[in-house]
Amino acid sequence: MSIETRGIVKRFGNFVALDNVDLTVESGRLTALLGPSGGGKSTLLRIIGGLETADEGSVRIAGVESTSIPAQKRNVGFVFQHYAAFKHLSVYRNVAFGLEIRKRPKAEIKARVDELLELVHLEQFADRLPAQLSGGQRQRMALARALAVEPSVLLLDEPFGALDAKVRRELRDWLRRLHDDVHVTTVFVTHDQEEALEVSDEIVVINHGKIEQVGTPSDLYDKPANDFVMEFLGPVTTLGGRLVRPHDLEIFPHHVDNGIEAEVLRLQRIGFEVRVELRAGADEPWAQLTRGQAEALELAAGSRVWVRPLD
Amino acid sequence: MTLAAPPLAVSTADRAESPSGARLGRVSGLGLGTAVIWLSLLVLIPLAAVVAKAFGGGWSGFWHAVTRHQAVQALELTVGSSLIVSLINAVMGTLLAWVLVRDSFPGKRLVEMVIDLPFALPTIVAGLVLLAVYGNGSPIHLDLYATQRGVAFALLFVTLPFVVRAVQPVLMALDTEAELAAACLGAGPVTVFRRIVLPLLLPAIVSGAGLGFARAMGEYGTVLLLSGGLAKAQVSSQYVYGQIQNYDYVGAAATATVLLFISLAVLVGLDLLQRRAARRG
Repeated sequence: MSIETRGIVKRFGNFVALDNVDLTVESGRLTALLGPSGGGKSTLLRIIGGLETADEGSVRIAGVESTSIPAQKRNVGFVFQHYAAFKHLSVYRNVAFGLEIRKRPKAEIKARVDELLELVHLEQFADRLPAQLSGGQRQRMALARALAVEPSVLLLDEPFGALDAKVRRELRDWLRRLHDDVHVTTVFVTHDQEEALEVSDEIVVINHGKIEQVGTPSDLYDKPANDFVMEFLGPVTTLGGRLVRPHDLEIFPHHVDNGIEAEVLRLQRIGFEVRVELRAGADEPWAQLTRGQAEALELAAGSRVWVRPLD
Repeated sequence: MTLAAPPLAVSTADRAESPSGARLGRVSGLGLGTAVIWLSLLVLIPLAAVVAKAFGGGWSGFWHAVTRHQAVQALELTVGSSLIVSLINAVMGTLLAWVLVRDSFPGKRLVEMVIDLPFALPTIVAGLVLLAVYGNGSPIHLDLYATQRGVAFALLFVTLPFVVRAVQPVLMALDTEAELAAACLGAGPVTVFRRIVLPLLLPAIVSGAGLGFARAMGEYGTVLLLSGGLAKAQVSSQYVYGQIQNYDYVGAAATATVLLFISLAVLVGLDLLQRRAARRG
C-alpha cells in the first residue's frame, strides 16, 4: 500500500518543521526517513500516522485520501521509540489489544497472537509483563502489536533509538528479514546513516523541513545530490577545497598527474583499516587505506606523498 | 545491619551475610529501640488504653454500649456518608486531576491552590464557611442545616484534595505514547481511557479515596456547625464527645474502638492493594 504526501507544511509557532513536503513511498518498500535531529522527519511520520495534523497539504494512504481521518481509523501500525507498552497488560494482551477492541472471536485472536509472538521470538514470554522484558524484547512486542491488526502501512519512529549498540544491530538485521517475510509498506525514522544504509530499500534524506534527496542507499552514497547528503551519508574529508570520501583517495610515494603533494602527519590503525592523516597546503585530509596498502607504501609520520582522488 | 556486628556473631560466614539471619548491631539496636518506644508512647499505648477502657465492662458492656440507638445511628451516618463521599471523591477527584494535568487554561495555578484550601483551613473555619452558605437562611436557598446531606457535604468539602493529590503525580508520569499507540490500534477516546489509562490510575484513586475515607470517619470540626449537634445529624466523633460530656467513658471508648478498627481495616486494605500494584511494576 503506497503512501503519498502532497505539500505538507507544519509549523510550531514560528518554527517551520516541514516546508512543502511531497513524498511518495511505493507499496511494499522499506523506506528510511533519514536526517539530523529537529529536521522534521518524525513530524512527517506522525502526520502520516495521524498523530499530528498538518497545517497544509494532504496525505493519501493506499490511494485513500486520509488527511482528515483520525489515527484510530487510519489502520496504520505505529511503533514508538520508547515502546509505548501497555504496562498493566501481559505481552499476550498487549499484542491482542487491537484485535480485542475489534471484537474478533477469541480463537481467532489466540491463533493470530501466537503466530505473531512466534514471528518476533517472544512465544515463551506471552505471560510476562512488559517491565519483565529487555528493551529489545519490548520493541519486538510493540512491533507484533502493531502488526496484529494487519495495518496498511507500518510506521516506526526511531525504533532502535533507545537500545544499546549490539541489540540495535541485531534488531536491524531482524527488521530487514521480517520485512522480506511480511512485505508490509514500512517507513522508519532514523538519524543513524549506517542503519538507513544497511536496512532500507530507499532512503529519504530530510533536513530543515525539506527533502534533500530520495534514492536507493547506493545512489545516495555514490551520487549525493549535494554536500549535505554527501556529508550525512558516510565519511568525508576535504582535499583541494572539495569534499571527497577518504576511501576514494589514492596515495603515491612519487609525483603523479593531478596529484597534490602532502605530508603524512600521523598513522592510526583501526582494525583492518589504516587512517592516514595528511597535511596538503591548507587542508588536512585523511585517507582510509587497508593495512596492506599502507605497508606497501612504507608510510610513516613525516613521509612525503602525493594524493589524488579516485575517479 | 552487620555494620557493628561483633566478631562473635560471625560463627558461620553464610549466616552473618544473610540480612534476615543477622543479629542487630549495637547502633541499629539502639535506633530500633528508640523508634519502638516513641511509637508506643505516642500511638500504641493510648490506643491500647482506649480499647481496654471500651472492654472495661467485658464484652457485653462493650456490645451494649455500641448497640445503643444513638451510637448505631451515629455510626451508620458516619460510615455511610464516608463511603458515599469516597465514591464521589473517586470520580470527581480523578476528573479534577485530569483537568489539572492534561489541560491548560488561564487561572490553573489558582485552581491548584484552591484545591488544597479545604485541607489547610482550620476545620472550625471550614465549618463556619459552610454554615454561612448552606446553613439557615442560606443566600443560595440551599438549607442543609442539621441534615444528613449537610454532613456528607461538609465531608466532601474537607476530603476534596485527597484523590486529586494522589492521582495527579501518577497521571503526570503516565506514558502518553501508550495512549497514542492504543489509538493507532483503533481504540476511541473512551476505550483508551477505560482500558489503558484507568487501570494505571486505579491504585492511586483507591488510595486517595481510602485516605479521604479515613479522614471523613474522624472529621469533627467541619461537621460540627452544619449538623447543629442534633441527634439525627450527629457523626460518631460528635457522639463520642457527647458521651464524655455525660461522663459515659465506656460508651465513648466503645464507639472510639469501632472507629479505630474501621480505620485500621482501611489502612491494611490500602497496604495490600499497594503491594499488589508494586508487584505489577
